[in-house]
Amino acid sequence: MNVIEVRGLRREFGKLVAVDDVSFEVRRGEVFGFLGPNGAGKTTTINMLCTLLKPSGGGATVNGFDVERQRSEVRRSIGLVFQQTTLDDYLSAEQNLRFHAYAYAVPAEVREPRIRELLTMVELWDRRRGSVRTFSGGMKRRLEIARGLLHHPKVLFLDEPTIGLDPQTRRHIWDYLLRLREAEDLTIFLTTQYLDEAEYANRIAIIDRGQIVALDSPDGLKRSIGGDLITFSTPDPEAGLAAVKERYGVDPTLLDGTIRFHVDAGDAFLPEFVRTFPQPIETISLARPSLDDVFLTLTGHEIRDSELDARQMLLQAGRWHR
Amino acid sequence: MTEIVRGTWVVAYRELLRFVNERSRIISSLAFPLMFLVIFGAGFGQIIGSLAPGVDFIAFMYPGIVAQAVLTSSLFAGVSVVWDREFGFLREILVAPIGRTGIVLGKAIGATVTAMLQVLLMLVLAPILGVELRLDIVLELIPVVVILALGLSGLGILIASFMTSQQGFQLVIQLLIFPLIFLAGVFFPVDNVPDWLAVISKVNPLTYGGDAIRQIFLGTLPGIGVTIGDHRVMLIEEIAIIGGLGVLLLGSAVVAFNRRD
Repeated sequence: MNVIEVRGLRREFGKLVAVDDVSFEVRRGEVFGFLGPNGAGKTTTINMLCTLLKPSGGGATVNGFDVERQRSEVRRSIGLVFQQTTLDDYLSAEQNLRFHAYAYAVPAEVREPRIRELLTMVELWDRRRGSVRTFSGGMKRRLEIARGLLHHPKVLFLDEPTIGLDPQTRRHIWDYLLRLREAEDLTIFLTTQYLDEAEYANRIAIIDRGQIVALDSPDGLKRSIGGDLITFSTPDPEAGLAAVKERYGVDPTLLDGTIRFHVDAGDAFLPEFVRTFPQPIETISLARPSLDDVFLTLTGHEIRDSELDARQMLLQAGRWHR
Repeated sequence: MTEIVRGTWVVAYRELLRFVNERSRIISSLAFPLMFLVIFGAGFGQIIGSLAPGVDFIAFMYPGIVAQAVLTSSLFAGVSVVWDREFGFLREILVAPIGRTGIVLGKAIGATVTAMLQVLLMLVLAPILGVELRLDIVLELIPVVVILALGLSGLGILIASFMTSQQGFQLVIQLLIFPLIFLAGVFFPVDNVPDWLAVISKVNPLTYGGDAIRQIFLGTLPGIGVTIGDHRVMLIEEIAIIGGLGVLLLGSAVVAFNRRD
């Protein structure tokens, strides 16, 4: 069952093609990650799915509703946490949530218990009367997540949910998100440029220059570039090399006296290997490919490099626009 | 339709909540008109004397200052749109299932209610300044202030929907607000000035708002009203002028705000 379906979605700004013929599905209940550098088209895609931006071509449905023809139904089906905070600093936490409840026509008898439930969950119930401008970045983010869930959405969109937050707060936010997903039967759609954050996703779409270059689970993506790397040393490297080749049918390499080879699912392979390998093993290590490696392999550049590229493209587009 | 109604009230509700939360704004918004009244009244009152039988300078100026207060607090609807855009809250509003027409109407109604609150506060000061106040004056004043404030907040939102930065908006408002006030017959009767000034003042819509309020306070007096040709513009005509213009401005604001990327 797909909660989001995207078909040939396209968006141009002047001459710049920000999103170029993108198609994918998001399954109900999963955490779906959109990974890519700044300017790759992540936010533009989210804005189209949230009915804030008109597609130039193609189309999409969210919770079965068309993002162009059934905007109100789409809006009611989704919760949003944007990159920049969208809270009213001059109201209290509670007043911000109440505004949201009124705007989304949450029935009066549901409203107050729901506000209490969510504020308790994100540990802000004690601060409910506090003015939002006194809140830290992490508290604001938690409040925004609570607000995004107030009207029982089917999909929660998180656009760079932890950008600008310290690693500890980031982990804290993710604790809440994963707990909320369990409790609320929620689908989470997130964009991120943090590779470690993308690890929380069940499936990741890697987007670069407006196009999806890969879509799979984090493990699947890593496997696609050759699996895990086993590095070990033994007193007789030449004999070790031959034994590995013979027993596992792989093509190991010898580098600085250590033997290296790739296997799928290295964590399961490793104990077995240590137990049954005929020669003594002196040292051994397992390196899993990072999403960094995946990104590099698939796009030919690092996520940070392409960020600069994308900025330049946007600047150029701005000039054409004028 | 229900979305427009819900949008209108929820946006207006927040405007009022913020107005009440920010007590400094209530005070500062009163300080400006008060300063005009006290300083100009004391400074020019003696020299100018009576402008009409029984009408001294303060009594003449007071209704104009009320109109000026309505202008500044109505234009705040636009300030509030630009602020929301800058601080991000506008996205929370735009993505809610409430429709943009409702957002414009809510901002306009929010500004109108705050304008009305300010006018009521100024009315409390009227007796202290020696301005005569009766119940029928207050009752007539309320609908006229509402009509004037709705139109002017439409103007504020119309400008705001083309502006992205706070600075740009402030600049346009400053360029607009001072000529509007000074050429609206707040400080002098527009019939007693050189022709060029009279012509400009009679094109300024705020002149009719100010004169409407003045007619409510002082009645229709000779010499201190607005005449076009030989015709003394009557209260009901002035209400029609500001009402018609208000519909136009608010309508344009709705259209401008509904443009979608």
